[in-house]
Amino acid sequence: MSTLTEAPPPLAPTAPEKKPPRGRGRWTPYWLLLPGILWLIIFFALPMIYQASTSVQQGSLEEGYKVTWHFATYWDALSEYWPQFLRSVFYAAAATVLCLLLGYPLAYLIAFRAGRWRNLIMILVIAPFFTSFLIRTLAWKTILADNGPVVHALNSLHVLDLTNWLGWTAGDRVLATPLAVVCGLTYNFLPFMILPLYTSLERIDGRLHEAAGDLYAKPWTTFRKVTFPLSMPGVVSGTLLTFIPAAGDYVNSELLGSTDTRMIGNVIQTQFLRILDYPTAAALSFILMAAILAMVTIYIRRSGTEDLV
Amino acid sequence: MPFVNWLKRHLVVIFGLLTLAYLLLPNVIVTVFSFNKPKGRFNYEWQQFSLDAWKQPCGVADMCGSLSISLQIAIWATIGATVLGTMIAFALVRYRFRARGAVNSLIFLPMAMPEVVMAASLLTLFLNMGAQLGFYTILIAHIMFCLSFVVTAVKARVMSMDPRLEEAARDLYAGPVQTFLRVTLPIAAPGIAAGALLSFALSFDDFIITNFNAGSTVTFPMFVWGSAQRGTPVQINVIGTAMFLVAVLFVLISMIINNRRNNQKA
Repeated sequence: MSTLTEAPPPLAPTAPEKKPPRGRGRWTPYWLLLPGILWLIIFFALPMIYQASTSVQQGSLEEGYKVTWHFATYWDALSEYWPQFLRSVFYAAAATVLCLLLGYPLAYLIAFRAGRWRNLIMILVIAPFFTSFLIRTLAWKTILADNGPVVHALNSLHVLDLTNWLGWTAGDRVLATPLAVVCGLTYNFLPFMILPLYTSLERIDGRLHEAAGDLYAKPWTTFRKVTFPLSMPGVVSGTLLTFIPAAGDYVNSELLGSTDTRMIGNVIQTQFLRILDYPTAAALSFILMAAILAMVTIYIRRSGTEDLV
Repeated sequence: MPFVNWLKRHLVVIFGLLTLAYLLLPNVIVTVFSFNKPKGRFNYEWQQFSLDAWKQPCGVADMCGSLSISLQIAIWATIGATVLGTMIAFALVRYRFRARGAVNSLIFLPMAMPEVVMAASLLTLFLNMGAQLGFYTILIAHIMFCLSFVVTAVKARVMSMDPRLEEAARDLYAGPVQTFLRVTLPIAAPGIAAGALLSFALSFDDFIITNFNAGSTVTFPMFVWGSAQRGTPVQINVIGTAMFLVAVLFVLISMIINNRRNNQKA
């Protein structure tokens, strides 16, 4: 994941052979590519086409589906499920911002301040990955339990009054509210923010900080004018790696939320696996894909790091 | 105000460590609750210390079976994705050919796609083909989504490799096969290992794509998911704790080996 931020090599790798490659050599790259690319075409690209055709089909499970170019499915799906779409984007955006706010200090700590503790902290960031994320998400049920210490503390600090007023929690509980879902999303995708941030921070030459200090920049100014701009590639890939999966997630809202926190992923899952309304489900996941691709494209253009991917 | 100054100087460290605590808190809870003896079916409230679950980690019906299915899938998916991905990575870095741009986007897209979308579209394909959902459809799906991560990991490593090393090998009369096995492969190995490790972790832990394409086959994440509705056995926490410990141990050992090697070189 962190390799997404890998900079291009200083030189073009291996200068082409002086004499034109002959015989089998010319075809070598194609033979190397063939199996893997075929796999991706058959099991990634082809399914997308199938799904596109499913989304314009009409019919029923018993009589079978036929392609009737029934584009109204898209309209119906969008007008029925726009609250879930909006909620997904909103939750994912909130989780991404929280991940950035929480993840930046830790990435900075590992890159510049950890010293000999660096490897240990790195292990502690990566190791939770190996405990099933579902088990860890279920642990949040215990942490945020109604009678638990966290809810008590938030209550006595009057934080819940504030979140209630914002509509993020309801009553004296956190579980089954938007706050719990965003908390779970933030937790789940935090490592995907920390790792790219760390890779790009680690690359920054320490002498730049010294230079900034020599030029009488205060620490905060150094951060604002030197460190943060140089870490932009990490910020961009980190936000993408948290926002995209968070927007499509349905595990957190199912385990930590309620029917009022259903995201678009929950709807797609239900339509596909329980209601078996394939055209609607296909249309919904196409809208989600298109929306995310559009947002990502705009975001990458805006942040001016097109060569990133 | 010395305290305020101290606080100012260490603000980053304090916030960083708080984030680390946030990241590790669920693991602590999982470990603590693996020693719990719950009253009802749900293991969310602390009742009483007990070693029962640790004595019989496979005491729950079907849990260890699902664990073994997940392991098998993860191993095969890792092998498949690593071989195919390494080949693609070498082709992309070492050769100029037509359709490089198209290949690059085909590699990038699966990583930029929400899992639900991939899961649903793959299910559409399998349903249209009339494929029997189960072990093999899960394996196919896992190789598909791990592939891109292997390519990125290996590509990064091969790109930073000095091509002159291979020229040197050729100058010393190494044949193409010898050059590849004795020079290229050892240098690319850390990238390949990183890709393989990532594939294993991704495949072993995947829930969303598996949930769509599993049919009646139950992998470990699916077992956990089901148990969240039916009642979570304490053994799930035991497995979770063991996985965390194994991961930490594994990383520690590999770091010690690395340090030794570096010391020998010095």
